[in-house]
Amino acid sequence: MANALPSNLLDESLGGSSGGGRMILVEDCVETSGAFVVHHLLKRALNSHSSDAVVFLSFSHPLSHYDRVLRKMGCNLSVQRDNKRLLFLDMLALDHLDRNRGKTSEDILIALYGEIQKAVEISRSHEARHHITVVIDDVSLMEVDANGSSDLVLDFLRYCCSLTAQFGCSLIALNHGDVYSTVDQPNLLLQLEYLADIVIKIEPLATGLAKDVHGQLTVTNRNLRVDSGKSRSRIHNFQFRIKDNSVEYFYPGSKT
Amino acid sequence: MVMAANKPRSGSFSRNFGAASSSVPSIPGLKHGPNGTMLLSSGIPDLDKILGGGLALGSLVVVTEDPEAPHHMLLLRNFMSQGLVHRQPLIYASPASDPRGFLGTLPSPMVSKDEKSRVHETEQEKGLRIAWQYKKYIGEHTSESHRGGKSEYCNDFDLRKPLERHFFSGKQIDCVSLKESADLGAFHERCSSFLSQANQNNGNITGGRIAIQSLCSPQCEYSNREWEMLSFVRSLKSVVRLSNAVAVVTFSPSLVSTTFSIRLQHLADTLVSVKAIPDEDKELAKLLTGYQDMVGLLSVHKVARFNTQVPAILETTTFSMKLQKRRSLVLECINQAPVDGATGSSYGSSGSCSGSSKTGSFDF
Repeated sequence: MANALPSNLLDESLGGSSGGGRMILVEDCVETSGAFVVHHLLKRALNSHSSDAVVFLSFSHPLSHYDRVLRKMGCNLSVQRDNKRLLFLDMLALDHLDRNRGKTSEDILIALYGEIQKAVEISRSHEARHHITVVIDDVSLMEVDANGSSDLVLDFLRYCCSLTAQFGCSLIALNHGDVYSTVDQPNLLLQLEYLADIVIKIEPLATGLAKDVHGQLTVTNRNLRVDSGKSRSRIHNFQFRIKDNSVEYFYPGSKT
Repeated sequence: MVMAANKPRSGSFSRNFGAASSSVPSIPGLKHGPNGTMLLSSGIPDLDKILGGGLALGSLVVVTEDPEAPHHMLLLRNFMSQGLVHRQPLIYASPASDPRGFLGTLPSPMVSKDEKSRVHETEQEKGLRIAWQYKKYIGEHTSESHRGGKSEYCNDFDLRKPLERHFFSGKQIDCVSLKESADLGAFHERCSSFLSQANQNNGNITGGRIAIQSLCSPQCEYSNREWEMLSFVRSLKSVVRLSNAVAVVTFSPSLVSTTFSIRLQHLADTLVSVKAIPDEDKELAKLLTGYQDMVGLLSVHKVARFNTQVPAILETTTFSMKLQKRRSLVLECINQAPVDGATGSSYGSSGSCSGSSKTGSFDF
């Protein structure tokens, strides 16, 4: 497996290497699912450098689902897990166990953060590993598990963000943008957008879905430092088409 | 070959076996789907076709209701009847005090005209069983309408004829009243045990069905506790995913907050909405052919995709619901009526269907 992935528009817009210390927020909606971006980033994190590791918090699917999907993309999750490069936390199963023991949402989230922090610290101390990526799929289900306590979820994510500053690891979170569109007051999504360094928004085209173009991506790269010392954002917009083994990214009208 | 079912089985469920006997699956009522999934029928042949063969075992189907019309009941009736015809275990929940009453409205599989006269004849000439006719009824019961002597994967249901009694006897049918449930925890337990029972079944996969009607109905105590309802659907989804069953949940978005409705739509593997068509709408009558026969509109927003990241893109997403001969439910692409030359606007010819219709009067 070559270490250097062929570059595509998405990777280019993300800039740099898997570069530590960043939080990426992936926002999708009912019409267009952003799961493929999570798969892509997961594959990138596991392929980029043999010493990188991933902590995956799954609230939506069991490992078998991701295993099958990523296998078609040329990445074997079972092997990575056995090599200790992937720590897969199946929150569906764990949550059920913990609830039966009568723990509150707060306890569960605190314990969960503890596990993540421990995993990050262990990996750091291990001489070979130097970059951890924490992936969360997805945040809206975390809220359901926390019985609607968005504050708890936000606290948890803020703590995870602190890990990016402290240990230089990356955080990738998937959330559903349309869930919050009718909520006026400062809501979880706005807070996450504020925390994030990169926001990837997945939307359908204005004309609806089509066989050739499945939707459009808008990548907003914030906090880029320019020479003058000021920070500015960079926005990329392009379209995509999802296949089993890869995703095509292209500018509108330029698809061959 | 590992299927979507949680227990990988060697032997009869390998894909090669399925491909070899493509028209006759080894289990009546189930067939192979894409990416290693197994499908069961929705009970509506057109809907099966639209969804790529049927409903995937382990999937959660959400139907959004229109408070103006009970079309979601049509979907539920066909879904439940199909399960009973195939002897698949069924659990049905509704806000009614006595949900069992709904079972009386389930439709019976259609008997074609030829078979009708044949059945009539064999009843009259009980002693005389003509050999070539007898071959048609390989099963013992002549009252069951089998075409070609084998069970259909998907039956055409006659909505004017109630399902015969013998389909209800001795099968696993459970009815739950949601009104009587103070909270959804107990109901979830019931679904869990239903699913583990359905899974066991002598090691054979039969497929199970969960039908939950009008989950957010205000008659239910828990209906103002949105997080509890979401939590229930989320847990239901995860246990169904690991089982050989399909769960259909209907709800009305008008009864809940928008954010709840969207969260529920995200939870769905397959998402369908039904809408009423206003009677006597002259504008619509001009725009659509066959308007008078339409009872409603059905839109498909999401189709379950397991083991793949590629979404299902349909040619068209909105269909008209019609009752053919007032008996069976058919779904048709919407044909826009030819516009008379005077107006000159290009609506497109009949036969072209667009999910994103240009006309403002539609809001699918």
